[in-house]
Amino acid sequence: MHDKAVRRRRAVLVVLVAASLILLTAYYGESSDGRLHSIQRGALGVLSPIQEGASRVFKPVRDLFGWFGDTIDAKDQRDEALEQRDEARAQIASMQQQLAEAKQRGELNQADQAGLSKYGPVDARIFVHSPSNWYQRVTINKGKSDGVSRGDPVINGAGLVGKVEETTGGSAIVTLITDQSFATSVVVGQQRFAGSITPAIGAPGDLLFTPVDATANVREGDFVYTAGTIDEEVESRYPPAVQVGTVSRIDFGEGDLDKRIHVKPAADFLRLDMLQVLTEPHADLEAK
Amino acid sequence: MTLSGRSVLRLSLLGLFGWLLQITAISNVTIFGVPADLIPLLVAFAGFIAGSTTGAVFGFSLGLLVDLPSFQTLGVNSLVFTAVGYGAGRIRELRDPAHGLAPVAVGAAATAIAAVGFALLQFLLGVKAPVSLLLLRDTLMIVLLNTLIALPVYAVMHRALASFLPDDPRRRRRRAYTTGGLSPLSRA
Repeated sequence: MHDKAVRRRRAVLVVLVAASLILLTAYYGESSDGRLHSIQRGALGVLSPIQEGASRVFKPVRDLFGWFGDTIDAKDQRDEALEQRDEARAQIASMQQQLAEAKQRGELNQADQAGLSKYGPVDARIFVHSPSNWYQRVTINKGKSDGVSRGDPVINGAGLVGKVEETTGGSAIVTLITDQSFATSVVVGQQRFAGSITPAIGAPGDLLFTPVDATANVREGDFVYTAGTIDEEVESRYPPAVQVGTVSRIDFGEGDLDKRIHVKPAADFLRLDMLQVLTEPHADLEAK
Repeated sequence: MTLSGRSVLRLSLLGLFGWLLQITAISNVTIFGVPADLIPLLVAFAGFIAGSTTGAVFGFSLGLLVDLPSFQTLGVNSLVFTAVGYGAGRIRELRDPAHGLAPVAVGAAATAIAAVGFALLQFLLGVKAPVSLLLLRDTLMIVLLNTLIALPVYAVMHRALASFLPDDPRRRRRRAYTTGGLSPLSRA
């Protein structure tokens, strides 16, 4: 009797481990249109209304715990805010000069002054945050039926947040720019140094800027913007001039080639709530 | 634990409720930049209370539930939580720790094993992530937070599953009084 129970227990374990490994191998080997991905899309379609409902139900609980957390973090945030205010004041002076120049250039070039509204923004609310540090993803309450499609850029009031990874009828999964899969071309500072930006793997919330010209004189506090499409044959996913972050630290190694330029994202990913999906990211290219 | 339709239903509801609570409330509440993680605790305590087989099945199912709608690699969480649920169940079956703080140790160990196991699988799957101090700090913070909430979570799970535990001494005593058995006082 005891032996039978032991055999059954071990058999269950072996079956479950084997099932996990088969799932893992099959999932890892298939494309994003594969069968297991389709099952995930189906599950997302079924479970997202439940998740959204639960998100509303648990909002008071979230707010209560949030209050405790916010109180603990408040002092650090205040100090950080004061530093940012000082930095912002210094930058405003130079920005005003740039703004005046930009206005003149804009009049000369008859540039579109509509800002991001031409990219078809759709307001969305986050109802699920990623439970893991390894996957920087959130789920929003807008999907295919609202015009959202895979690959659309996602922003908030502060700047670039990420891109749409997957959509269903009424919801979508957004991969944040701090996810390991993120990379795009950007320009930095007043002199518009070109380069690419990627997440600093292993340091959640930190991005790394790699300039095309290793000797580029990038400084702390410089703003980082998306470069947009530079070559029409290789369209960028993101429209130009969306703020990605600010250069927060530069680690100097042995010479310019060994320099690591850290960028702090403009968006605060711990406090994301409302987002905008740009459903027509290539509107500026189409208008040309 | 006696496995029946009702016990399976109750375990399923516990898993579903815990998962919803995690993704909609707890994952939004960060202390020193990290949220607590209820899932390893639920799986470990299911195994600790109901045994290794139930723990393994519960861990596999909850892992699948976590992976499915969040578009994570299927099977990673299932594998990790199967091991966690089975391990916690084996601790109960082999050691039967009676100390009141045993669930705290089990919860902390389960969280650490789940975090390390998940990280190892991610490395094996090709995520280029050096072990940075920040990542290590986040992992330690999650273990610490889970250790703090381990006892209340265990109490809730034990209460929900207590009616399916035939060996619970409190239930035995209560049953003895209500079915006409002698209380210790009258026996004296």
